Amino acid sequence: MFESLTDKIESAFSFFNRITRLDEKQADEGLRKIRQALLESDVSLSVAKEFINNIKPKIVGQEVLKSVTPGQMIVKIVFDELVKVLGDEKKEINLKAVPPIKILVVGLQGSGKTTTSAKLAKYLEKQYSKKSMLVSLDVYRPAAQRQLEVLGNSNSIKTLPIMDGQFPLEISKRAINAASLSGEDVIIFDTAGRTQIDQQMMMELKQLENDIQPSEIILVADSLTGQDAVNIASEFKKTVSLSSIILTRIDGDGKGGAALSMKSITGCPIKFLGTGEGIDEMEVFHPDRIANRILGMGDVVSLVEKVSEGLEKEKIEELEENFKKGSFTFSDYLKQIQQMKKAGGMSGVLSMLPGVSKIKKQMEDSDLDESLLGKQEAIILSMTEKERDNPRVIDGSRKKRIANGSGTDISMVNKLLKQHKMMTTMMKKMSKGGRGALEGMDNVPPELFNNLK
Amino acid sequence: MGFLKNLKEGLFKSSSNISESVSNIFLKSKPNEKILEEIEDFMIQCDFGIDVASKFKLILANKKFSEEELKKENFYNIFSEEVTKILQPLEKKIVNTGPDFKTIIVCGVNGTGKTTTIGKLSKLFKNHNKKVVIGAADTFRAAAIDQLKVWCDKNNTEMIQSEVGADPASVAFKTLEYAKNNNKDLCIIDTAGRLQNKKNLMEEFAKIVRVLKKIDPDAPQETWIVLDATTGQNAIAQIEEFQKITPLTGIVMTKLDGTAKGGILVALADRFKIPIVAIGVGEKEEDLNQFIASEYSQALIK
Ligand SMILES: Nc1nc2c(ncn2[C@@H]2O[C@H](COP(=O)(O)OP(=O)(O)OP(=O)(O)O)[C@@H](O)[C@H]2O)c(=O)[nH]1
Ligand SMILES: Nc1nc2c(ncn2[C@@H]2O[C@H](COP(=O)(O)OP(=O)(O)OP(=O)(O)O)[C@@H](O)[C@H]2O)c(=O)[nH]1
Ligand SMILES: [Mg+2]
Ligand SMILES: [Mg+2]
Repeated sequence: MFESLTDKIESAFSFFNRITRLDEKQADEGLRKIRQALLESDVSLSVAKEFINNIKPKIVGQEVLKSVTPGQMIVKIVFDELVKVLGDEKKEINLKAVPPIKILVVGLQGSGKTTTSAKLAKYLEKQYSKKSMLVSLDVYRPAAQRQLEVLGNSNSIKTLPIMDGQFPLEISKRAINAASLSGEDVIIFDTAGRTQIDQQMMMELKQLENDIQPSEIILVADSLTGQDAVNIASEFKKTVSLSSIILTRIDGDGKGGAALSMKSITGCPIKFLGTGEGIDEMEVFHPDRIANRILGMGDVVSLVEKVSEGLEKEKIEELEENFKKGSFTFSDYLKQIQQMKKAGGMSGVLSMLPGVSKIKKQMEDSDLDESLLGKQEAIILSMTEKERDNPRVIDGSRKKRIANGSGTDISMVNKLLKQHKMMTTMMKKMSKGGRGALEGMDNVPPELFNNLK
Repeated sequence: MGFLKNLKEGLFKSSSNISESVSNIFLKSKPNEKILEEIEDFMIQCDFGIDVASKFKLILANKKFSEEELKKENFYNIFSEEVTKILQPLEKKIVNTGPDFKTIIVCGVNGTGKTTTIGKLSKLFKNHNKKVVIGAADTFRAAAIDQLKVWCDKNNTEMIQSEVGADPASVAFKTLEYAKNNNKDLCIIDTAGRLQNKKNLMEEFAKIVRVLKKIDPDAPQETWIVLDATTGQNAIAQIEEFQKITPLTGIVMTKLDGTAKGGILVALADRFKIPIVAIGVGEKEEDLNQFIASEYSQALIK
């Protein structure tokens, strides 16, 4: 199965001469603009700085696609990274607990906790047929409990009857008893808004956490939040074990930089976005949409994507041409290995390949052995010209000599010979099979990576 | 230290133009890049916005300061004084002493603190012996009327309401009518939170304004927008859009008791020159302060 990977690598290298790579100066220039864009979108300064620092090494040395400027290429790389940081994973609400499952909703004043609590109850009912009980622990703000009650009543969601004069801890106990009796699957606790520096109120939250032992603690935050986002999120995280974030008012025209700030600083997944005041106006979080808002360069991103799709086709066609031309010797392979090492080793090359999203993931989970290239190079260097051009002549004693000369062992030599054989077979197949043979190669089987370890 | 300073000042005060300029050359210099960048970062972190922060930095970069002033701890004070200079012209009194009747519409996006601010205002106006009536024109949000009612009851202020879901403009109309008929000094209208990019909600707001004018062509004498200090650059768009419906005569910035600095006020001052009326510093009735530029600027660098 090794062949398909090698083929891919060759396809990248057949383009080597035409490819230009981003240098440090271009990276710095591009990143200056990116920094500006991030800050204009309210990404917290410290987070923006860190993001820029982290992404720079990923930009320098990257290939620039034909018909795309270095600046555009950088935007695309940044976009992909933003999507990654914001979270590719779709994270559901954690319902793995003994019913009644307890969810605690926390946040600053006016961020949208009460509204979101009701939305969550509705969502859990629709999505999982789970019945919720809504419980307001906000005994401070005028008519806060009443607000949740109204939302419950008008949407047929059960609410805990309001009893004046009770403290939040008493209410939570009453709620757990009531839900256990009446059989609700979930209790959603709405809490009073609090600033994260209000020690007394933060202490209350800590106590509620200890007492209720919720399986989810959700920070509800306003997507219009500015620079303070890092402070807010990190303090709430320090006080209680936050498990997720919901951003509200994404139906506004804010840039949503708080998403990046809060995700980066807490590591908590952003699970939903509030998209309006209505009970159904909540969406599962899509990182690419927010990345687009934050960067504000959606047209550039889609341009680069289009070009890269076009190029991918072109590359595949050229690769086929090469194969049709015929043979592939160890001398050819040696040249490739040497180029690959220059280009940052195996993962460096792989990450440049078109359409590698799937491979990338496998690569990350499979720990490529970067020293393999060096070993293979040594083995080929220990071969005579004749052996390189016609590996069939390599018998047992030659193998021994080559292994000794390269400081490897016979099994390594055998592995390489076998790999070469598979590659030539594959090539022959492909020169007959045409296009079809190359398609479907995106999905590299995991065994391949075991070969590389 | 004090002695030296006095001596220096004395010397230069009495000196001629020549020594004055000599003193400038020898004793004053432009701030270095390091401190400028630090201040710029600081401004960004206070939500000044990147444009205003770099503009501001440029102004500071081209001024000359004494060695003493350029020390880090002092330079922040200098910076703060510059902020004061920008904001001071926008200070506006919450309570006017004049006998003029006023309708005040309180508007803004969701959850910024409109209703709470009105609760606080009603208390303040009461303390100034103003006769106030409040209109509960947020007929949409769950328990918005109840929330306002709690505040009004607490401050013994009359409130006009309709049933949930009623036309907000009609509530506003009723309130102003009541105010006129009952010799009130102030008619305050609480409106529902609305994001400025929502056409239908902005139209609803426009209707409230229109309807008030039927009773009093000069109404609303005041339209105050409530901004949340934690809000970032979107506050600019908020002002821009609300302003299109009716001229904004005041900004109230709430939640300055948190860690957000509300530096967007500087950006807004630069752009819109809308007076700043009050700041919210907590959830209780007394937690509303007159906006005072110098106090704000000092708090900014704390
Ligand atoms: N446009 C929009 N408005 C929202 C969204 N979520 C909440 N709101 C509105 O924001 C305002 C505040 O919402 P609440 O749910 O009362 O906020 P809260 O966090 O419970 O507020 P406190 O309990 O006072 O701290 C209300 O006007 C809501 O209708 C959203 O996703 N989009
Ligand atoms: N810490 C702090 N909280 C405030 C301040 N002003 C208002 N709040 C709180 O912010 C939350 C929202 O306030 P509201 O007055 O309901 O806001 P609103 O603008 O009327 O909200 P909607 O009508 O839903 O759009 C409440 O929890 C208030 O107690 C303030 O200055 N400081
Ligand atoms: Mg609430
Ligand atoms: Mg309100």
